[in-house]
Amino acid sequence: MALQEEIGLMAHLMRRAGFGDPREELEERASKGYEAVVEELLHPECRPAIDDELLYRMFPGYEGAAAPPINQAEWVYRMINTKRPLEEKIALFWHQLFATSNSKVDNPPELTRQIAMFREYGFGTYRDLLVELAKSPAMIFWLDNHGNHDGAINENWGRELLELFSLGVGNYAEDDIREAARAFTGWTIAPKIPRNPLGRFYWEFEYKPEDHDDREKTFLGHTGNFDGEDIVDIIANQPATARFLARHLYRFFVADEPHVSSWHVTPPIDPDAIQLLVDAYDESRGDIRSILRVLFNSEFFKSARFARVKCPAELIVGTVRMVGNYSGFMPGFNNLALECGWQGQELLNPPSVEGWHTGSEWIDPGVLMRRVNFAARILGDTSIPGVQAIIKRVLTHGLAEGKLSPQAIVAACLDTMGPLEVSEATRAELMAHAEKDGELSWNTNEELRATVGKVSKILTLIAASREYQFA
Amino acid sequence: MASTHKDPVLVVLELTGANDYLNTIVPYADPLYWDNRPKVNIAEDQLLIIDDELAFRSDTEPLKEIYDAGKMAIIHGIGFDNSPRSHFRAMDIWHTCEPDSIGINGWLGKVIRDLDPGGENVLKGVNLGQGLPRALTMRGVPVTSVNHLPTYGVLSSNPGIASDQEQVQLLDSFAKMYAPAIGAGPAMEYLGQAGRDALRGADIIRVAPETYSSNVEYANNTIARRLRDVAQVHLAGLGTQVFYTSHGPFDTHYDQLGSHTKIWMEVSAAISDFFTDLREHNAAGEVVMMVFSEFGRRVRDNGTGTDHGAAGVAFAIGDRVNGGMYGTYPSLKPGDLSQGDLAPNYDFRGFYSTLADKWLGLDPVPIVGGNFEQMSFV
Repeated sequence: MALQEEIGLMAHLMRRAGFGDPREELEERASKGYEAVVEELLHPECRPAIDDELLYRMFPGYEGAAAPPINQAEWVYRMINTKRPLEEKIALFWHQLFATSNSKVDNPPELTRQIAMFREYGFGTYRDLLVELAKSPAMIFWLDNHGNHDGAINENWGRELLELFSLGVGNYAEDDIREAARAFTGWTIAPKIPRNPLGRFYWEFEYKPEDHDDREKTFLGHTGNFDGEDIVDIIANQPATARFLARHLYRFFVADEPHVSSWHVTPPIDPDAIQLLVDAYDESRGDIRSILRVLFNSEFFKSARFARVKCPAELIVGTVRMVGNYSGFMPGFNNLALECGWQGQELLNPPSVEGWHTGSEWIDPGVLMRRVNFAARILGDTSIPGVQAIIKRVLTHGLAEGKLSPQAIVAACLDTMGPLEVSEATRAELMAHAEKDGELSWNTNEELRATVGKVSKILTLIAASREYQFA
Repeated sequence: MASTHKDPVLVVLELTGANDYLNTIVPYADPLYWDNRPKVNIAEDQLLIIDDELAFRSDTEPLKEIYDAGKMAIIHGIGFDNSPRSHFRAMDIWHTCEPDSIGINGWLGKVIRDLDPGGENVLKGVNLGQGLPRALTMRGVPVTSVNHLPTYGVLSSNPGIASDQEQVQLLDSFAKMYAPAIGAGPAMEYLGQAGRDALRGADIIRVAPETYSSNVEYANNTIARRLRDVAQVHLAGLGTQVFYTSHGPFDTHYDQLGSHTKIWMEVSAAISDFFTDLREHNAAGEVVMMVFSEFGRRVRDNGTGTDHGAAGVAFAIGDRVNGGMYGTYPSLKPGDLSQGDLAPNYDFRGFYSTLADKWLGLDPVPIVGGNFEQMSFV
């Protein structure tokens, strides 16, 4: 495999398993070999975590951040600056799947704790993760399980656990929902201090045996005096659960698929890939790290380049990471977090328990304009050191004999920003700009300024292209 | 023959952060007001008396003038049962009309869909602000969101673009990059269409500031600029029937007297300038503005401010509005309060229904999700 191909594949992996990498980091990673990088991503503990103490000293508002957008900015900071990209990406995956929203929870610190839980349990078994989810105070409040009592059940959590978090529509009966809800009675939160006027409090999971319905239940054909953990055990062993998770992983990490609400009638676009992931689930007893290992090392993953529309967080974080902006402590993270929301992905506040609609549904004309303008303003800003570095690299890369051909510049721009693959129409427009005044040179300051300006235009146009919208 | 009929226009102004009802329309004749507001009250010499019970505050004098001219309806006690006292949840309920579940579609998204079922005019609904409020969100209903009218557009205010000529060249390239392509696949084709629509919408809306001139000098603050942008787009005749904008913060837990005064001076002057501007252009008749906030604030003050409450007040303003008082001011008697707050006595969905039905001519039932008592302010 040629080095160029290795870099292209690594860029693909890092767009999916992280938020993209600047070119130098891609080269460093590629030199380690693809499978070794996958292992490193799957084991975040082998790279240092963000120093929370230092972070909170620099940004005191981040600790227990009590209001949007500061709580969102705290996460965006981590997405940009983490040395453990897959840890943040998997947290975003679980946040999308187990969508819990501040619009009802109204307790940003608890939502932040839920994200931390996703980092901690997000690579383990699905069974353990579901148990932690059932104990997550934000989730309990979000789906009303604190109102689920022995003799007076509230089915909200029980229903979504089966419909949206594990089995999917068509794989359970209404009776199973009721029985699951009964098993989760007594799973509540403390303290229930009214939030107003006293402000917000951390909640804790509390199990109240006196409010738990310990009588016999029949769930998915199993009968016993089930508690919540027994229900999760049964769920985790269902073939439908393996398939459900496989489709979610495929949609998030591999290629756009229709929204989950149509899955019971729409088959997957790549049934063989789903089967491979289902097999990995069965063989590893639902170990997420093992399933992801199969996924990232598979041919269907490696060949699925630019098969997903970037979510706003990927577009925003990926663009600032490409130019090395916002690395470290500086103002501006609030605005990046707000920008995510303005592009339709308000972190920690998804529109409903169904999560965001992804793929082409991220895009409408207004959102596309925001996305284009955001990326183009950064790539077109030659005052940013990272942009200067890209331009320098383009010029060095394409330099043969003191002159650069238009083809060489366009190729070097696409290579440095990705490498990216573009359509003939896009390439023709980039060429038209590159060819405007013939070949480039920089023998005088004036020539250099003109050359930098021209490369900057090409970078701007690439950031504005359709192709840049895809990961 | 050109039609003289002009479509009705609704301008929605959201007061973000929960506006204090008691200090906006002041029940000055009720001793309970003074008992409960020992610190955070509107002093007697600052009151603009409406009748023997209620008064405006002096910094809203422009609103008092509109009211006295019979062009402002005051809707009392608005809200909903089990008011959550959470900004986020309450605002969601106002935006989606779903008090009991998490709604996805915004009520104004449904209004825009019903006004333009074919989705032919991307400017049928225009938000002035960042992003899109949930009220305007509905899958398949295109809405334009403009943060700053003069710089709105694809590849606008880009630091790398030195001249208008370069801008034209880049936009030309953008259009070609987003042109229909054979065999590009559905996702690429969809993005192409979105890019072309974005260019088209920006091209259309660009005429608004270019064709606008006015003798009204709006103040230099955000709400004044936003309402001037609304006036510009409206006067350009682009077919927009729903405008949305918001202003805040009204979340006056602390130091309320100072901040509430400042924000109401800005808002009431901006509203007054907006209608003066429209009248100058003979375009006020087709516009009704509705003003709302997610809830009111606690009856008893906390020493320097007020905490989250329940019932609030809403306004409908316009030349075609039947001005006056609607509904009843909720009682301040301790036994009538709901957890220390004014108890809502008028469902906000009735307010929406009135506007959808009597002003926009739409069936309100599917928009607000049921039948609710309408009023006769329009």
